[in-house]
Amino acid sequence: MIPISWYLLLSAFLFACGVTGFLTKRNIITLFMSIELMLNGVNLSFIAFATRLGTLDGHIFVFFVMVVAAAEAAVGLAIIISVYRTRETLNVDRVNLLKL
Amino acid sequence: MKLFFWQPWLIPVLPLAGALINGLLGKRFPKSLVAFIALFFTGASFLFACVHAYTLVAAGRDYGVVILEKSYGTWIRAGSFSVDFGVYLDHLSLVMMLVVTGVGFLIHVYSVAYMEHEGGYYRFFAYLNIFMFFMLTLVLANNYLLMFVGWEGVGLASYLLIGFFFLKDSAANAGKKAFITNRVGDFGFLIALFLLIQHFGTLRYATVFDIVSHFSAETTAGVLTAIGLLMLVGACGKSAQIPLFVWLPDAMEGPTPVSALIHAATMVTAGVYMVCRSNAIFSRAPMALLAVAIIGTLTSFFAATIGITQTDIKRVLAYSTVSQLGYMFMAAGVAAYSASVFHLMTHAFFKALLFLGAGSVIHGIGGEQDMRKMGGLRKYMPWTFWTMLIATLAISGIPPFAGFFSKDEILWQAFSSPHGSKIFWVFGVITAFMTSFYMFRLIFLTFTGEYRGPQPDAHAAHGGHDDHHGAPHESPWLMLAPLVLLGVLSVIGGWVGIGNRFENFLAPVIQKVGAVQEAAPDAEQIAAQIAVQNGEAAPAPINEGEGGPGENKNLETLLMGVSVLVAFSGLGLAWFLYVKRPELPSKIAESILGIYTLVLNKYWIDELYSAAIIGPLVWFSRVVLWQTIDQKVIDGSVNESAVAARDVSQIIRQQQSGLVRSYAGWIAAGAAAVVAYMVWMGTR
Repeated sequence: MIPISWYLLLSAFLFACGVTGFLTKRNIITLFMSIELMLNGVNLSFIAFATRLGTLDGHIFVFFVMVVAAAEAAVGLAIIISVYRTRETLNVDRVNLLKL
Repeated sequence: MKLFFWQPWLIPVLPLAGALINGLLGKRFPKSLVAFIALFFTGASFLFACVHAYTLVAAGRDYGVVILEKSYGTWIRAGSFSVDFGVYLDHLSLVMMLVVTGVGFLIHVYSVAYMEHEGGYYRFFAYLNIFMFFMLTLVLANNYLLMFVGWEGVGLASYLLIGFFFLKDSAANAGKKAFITNRVGDFGFLIALFLLIQHFGTLRYATVFDIVSHFSAETTAGVLTAIGLLMLVGACGKSAQIPLFVWLPDAMEGPTPVSALIHAATMVTAGVYMVCRSNAIFSRAPMALLAVAIIGTLTSFFAATIGITQTDIKRVLAYSTVSQLGYMFMAAGVAAYSASVFHLMTHAFFKALLFLGAGSVIHGIGGEQDMRKMGGLRKYMPWTFWTMLIATLAISGIPPFAGFFSKDEILWQAFSSPHGSKIFWVFGVITAFMTSFYMFRLIFLTFTGEYRGPQPDAHAAHGGHDDHHGAPHESPWLMLAPLVLLGVLSVIGGWVGIGNRFENFLAPVIQKVGAVQEAAPDAEQIAAQIAVQNGEAAPAPINEGEGGPGENKNLETLLMGVSVLVAFSGLGLAWFLYVKRPELPSKIAESILGIYTLVLNKYWIDELYSAAIIGPLVWFSRVVLWQTIDQKVIDGSVNESAVAARDVSQIIRQQQSGLVRSYAGWIAAGAAAVVAYMVWMGTR
């Protein structure tokens, strides 16, 4: 049996990849994908612990996260399209009107 | 006597209804309707007052009931202390009530014509009616607090009416001056009320006087003296006595009917009414009583001297009012309360008449108030002349006019009362001489000789469009009718005092200090009163123990002769100086220029006050309160905290860059910090 720490390390790696991608990339689509990566990194931890502890709680959490992520994808992509239509760019650094 | 119609609360409430209707809706009414409403409600109030007066007097005759009190519910209740909306009707408030509604109604009639050409017709009558309401509240209240409500209310009405022509700076300032000066007096009155609550636990007249009746006269300054002196401060403010008299002459900026009603006949007598109402307190505080007499005497004397030099017809009358109020205080101060109220009543008649006559003169010659520009008006306005002459004879104390009886009574009491003194009498007689002199000076300057005003032709050449221009003319009958009625009253008003009838009438109100107070004072006083009424030649109670009545009678006749002589000599001097040798007065003025200037400028009292009190107060307010405390401390702290908030925000706002990745970085850093902290805590 694979020790749980391996799963956790993989989960942490995926999460770190997401964070790094989010902080370094400029394209909004890429940022979006980085977020999905972070979510799935977390999902992996949930699943790992659920299997290890033999309970269903983690599974249920994962389902919730997936549902929310799906909804988020739908809304987020709609926002992205609308941003592209008005700003004609997907560079997140140029979408910075919301400031003092 | 059945007590139907017994609704004394209606007497003050009727004018209030008039004031509300005219004040709220009058703007849309035609002038005639406004006048009708004002006259209807004051007239109804007067009729009700008459009915109640008759009922009360009849009840007093039949049942010996002399004081009727009725409460219409509680106003304030706090523990054992409570104040009612109550009406207190005795012979004193009855006299006041009749004077206020009667003279008030006549002045309303006069105003209908006088104010016809002025703007704000409905506003004027609304104010006048609200004045009537508050004055009647003051007079009819059954406790000091309700009296204070009326007291403040008439102050408000006075302020509004003095400043009626509020576009004129001097009128607005005079209104302010009257109001603020009165506040000084009100302060004393309020503290007197607090002392009453503290020591007697009530403000109801009947209870207070009952408690006080168990006190003996204070030989040293005690609580009654303190209450009396503080009440005197209040009375000085309202009744324009030294040192708070300065507002009354300025109050002449108001329309003339207002001067007649408020600043001569009724409101300014509120202080006298208060002192007489509180006679139970004052009689037991000889020091307070002495202060009342001294202030009254000094005021009557100084105001009369100022009156001699003034040239504005209304200002002469204003100083005359101050002087006559001083007489009333002198009478109250020698414990001759009924003489004081008697003079109050006759003064209301002849002074209202004088002011209305002056108004008629001013109206007739187009707004001029300077007597030097009048003269010879007798042939233009005979009615005004004759009625004013009657009033002048009355105020000068020439028999058989009203003022003679009341003034003579005051002088006699000042001389003979146990609280009196020959000094008061001497000052009183000198003042009587000056009164007679300046009043006949007014008459001679205004009505005799040649008309010194601008000639009608000159005005026609100017192409004047004002309807006042042209030759002086007599006023309409609506103004003359009140003059004539008041003229009749100025003649016969004093006759009620013959044979001490007025004094006996008021006797139940005046609480004697001494034997009577012990058991059931009311019953005994009534018994005494009836005895006096039956025996015609009974001596005045005040004369007891001062030698035989016959001796006193001779002395009284002698003093009466002196005061009549003095009145005639004042008349004669005025005639000599202003009719026979009209060039003399200015020569005399030049020969005593220093004194003349001093008196002409009213002893520089206004200047003294403004230098000693108003100047420093304004300086303190401006420099300390405004520029230091308000601008630096209060505004400063508010502004500085705003500036500090802005500066801090200026730094923090840099974080809100609008860059999503920057926010994400901060979130990541925060999450990392939290995780690091948890790891560190977990491994410890």
